[in-house]
Amino acid sequence: MIKTIRGKCYVVGDDIDTDQIIPAQYLTYNPAIPEERKVFGRFAMIGLPEKSQGLPHGNIPFVKEGAKKSEYQIMIAGRNFGCGSSREHASICLREAGIQACVAEFYSRIFFRNSVNGGYLIPFETEERLVETVKTGDELEIDLEHHQLKDVSSGKIFRLKPLGEILPILEAGDIFKYAKTKGMA
Amino acid sequence: MAMTITEKILARHAGRTEVRPAENIWIDVDILMTHDVCGPGTIGVFKEHFGRNAKVWDRRKVVIIPDHYIFTADEKAHRNVDTLRDFVKEQDLPYYYDVGGEKYKGVCHIALPEEGHTRPGEVLFGTDSHTCTAGAFGEFATGIGNTDAGFILGTGKLWVKVPPTMRFVFEGKLPPYLMAKDLILWVIGDIGVDGAVYRAMEFAGEGVHSLNIEERMTLCNMVIEAGGKNGVIEPDEVTLQFVKSKTSKPFEVVKNDRDAKYHSERVYRCDKLEPVVAKPHSPDNRALVREVEGTPLTRAYIGSCTGGKITDFIAAGKILKGRRTKIDTFIVPATTEIDRKLDREKVGGQTLREIFVQAGAQLGKASCAACLGGPKDTFGRLNQAEVCISTTSRNFPGRMGSREAQVYLASPYTAAASAVEGKITDPRKFL
Repeated sequence: MIKTIRGKCYVVGDDIDTDQIIPAQYLTYNPAIPEERKVFGRFAMIGLPEKSQGLPHGNIPFVKEGAKKSEYQIMIAGRNFGCGSSREHASICLREAGIQACVAEFYSRIFFRNSVNGGYLIPFETEERLVETVKTGDELEIDLEHHQLKDVSSGKIFRLKPLGEILPILEAGDIFKYAKTKGMA
Repeated sequence: MAMTITEKILARHAGRTEVRPAENIWIDVDILMTHDVCGPGTIGVFKEHFGRNAKVWDRRKVVIIPDHYIFTADEKAHRNVDTLRDFVKEQDLPYYYDVGGEKYKGVCHIALPEEGHTRPGEVLFGTDSHTCTAGAFGEFATGIGNTDAGFILGTGKLWVKVPPTMRFVFEGKLPPYLMAKDLILWVIGDIGVDGAVYRAMEFAGEGVHSLNIEERMTLCNMVIEAGGKNGVIEPDEVTLQFVKSKTSKPFEVVKNDRDAKYHSERVYRCDKLEPVVAKPHSPDNRALVREVEGTPLTRAYIGSCTGGKITDFIAAGKILKGRRTKIDTFIVPATTEIDRKLDREKVGGQTLREIFVQAGAQLGKASCAACLGGPKDTFGRLNQAEVCISTTSRNFPGRMGSREAQVYLASPYTAAASAVEGKITDPRKFL
């Protein structure tokens, strides 16, 4: 598994549900078809109201109009990120848009499972709330070995919770590869 | 060790005598359900990992119910139903409820029990967050994504983390102006949209066991709006009578051990509760109806797995009978069976369909319709800055279409009373 993730962050608030991450009207694309799967990147986070788009100021689209991907690699969120609908398209669209890791206080269960079992992105949790501390566009670096997040812009360091029981699945790549290591599938 | 219903069901399906909350276990799956939105992706995952010619683990345990994007001109939506059809044919699956024919059902969570696929003591996974609805039958039921569903298709198993159980006890019977929707909105208002994340929510007490099976489904349906993994109600005569009328398949009733340990317990006195709404833009944004009474509305919507069952329409019919709606009012039966019942169920000598038509409501065809917005031409979709009172489950920004729209979640009583007045109205005015 990779040891560091570095990139610009996009900051959102609490209870961002999967309808805001990828609204239902785009779910007619089939993520199992490679050309259609790519399309999801364009529409990632398109359901966020303008004031919630990229905190603290808002009005910063996650994907610029006409772009196929986002310029952000790390998603910073508050509580209960990915709540609501079970659509795996939510984890898929973030991955397709270029997100490698999310850092939230905690996640909704299904989004968390989908992200890990599908191997789309790494859902880190923090003890400390970062939403009011980190700003959209800040350059961040995640050190996976030492479970810490560094704000490269300010030099501040924040602790991440160890990945714990999901680490073996993330290391294997996804639930299928993990099950193979257990002799299951 | 004493266990809750949820722990016991999971232990049995893991081949264990006991499990404890927070343990990760592999369990056997009794039913996997998928639909037109997540089915094509699930099939793709299955084929990618198990091979083009792989067979599902057990063809009699897979249920496929197209229900989301049915009555739309969107070509990809139709293509997705074709994908389901091809898979059903290739795998020779007996439980497929195809669009455009006699077998078409509509909303999966209501179709599952109607067709006898929900049974006490079983494990049901579905590629839809409202799969938790089936906890009303005393089973473990929860929503998953395409990857997990694809894994189940190939193996019949899935890993789960055993959830601790939060218990919600409703003492006394419901007053005549309250519905299960009010109870669950109370609970979510109390614990928040993240109040039950990774936990089971169990409903108990006279208030719950005096409810009919559909009202119990409404309670369990919305546990996901508090982040709950599953909702569950201990089976009783009402449960068994319903289940046995739908299936002859044997099942084993699982009840709580007397000394089962709960994460927490909350007790409500039903006669102390009042009709409530969840204000925009969150299911936990609770207010008493009388606190927001008079709020102007542009639309009412009665439908979905949460609020489109026949008892929901009987409730709405009681209020709409002999009255006209002042705002656009959309009625969408969850299933074709419910749609047919609109012609049979009567209030005051008139069928529900007659009542709704005379009230000026528009009736749609059985499907998920505007509950989740969907393609632009979806029946009842909020395409602009509407203010809608709805019997559906979610009101996060943009859920029913436009991000500019505002959605108030309410019981069918409150939605119908508000449709008559064109503004949020306490149903006690008409009951």
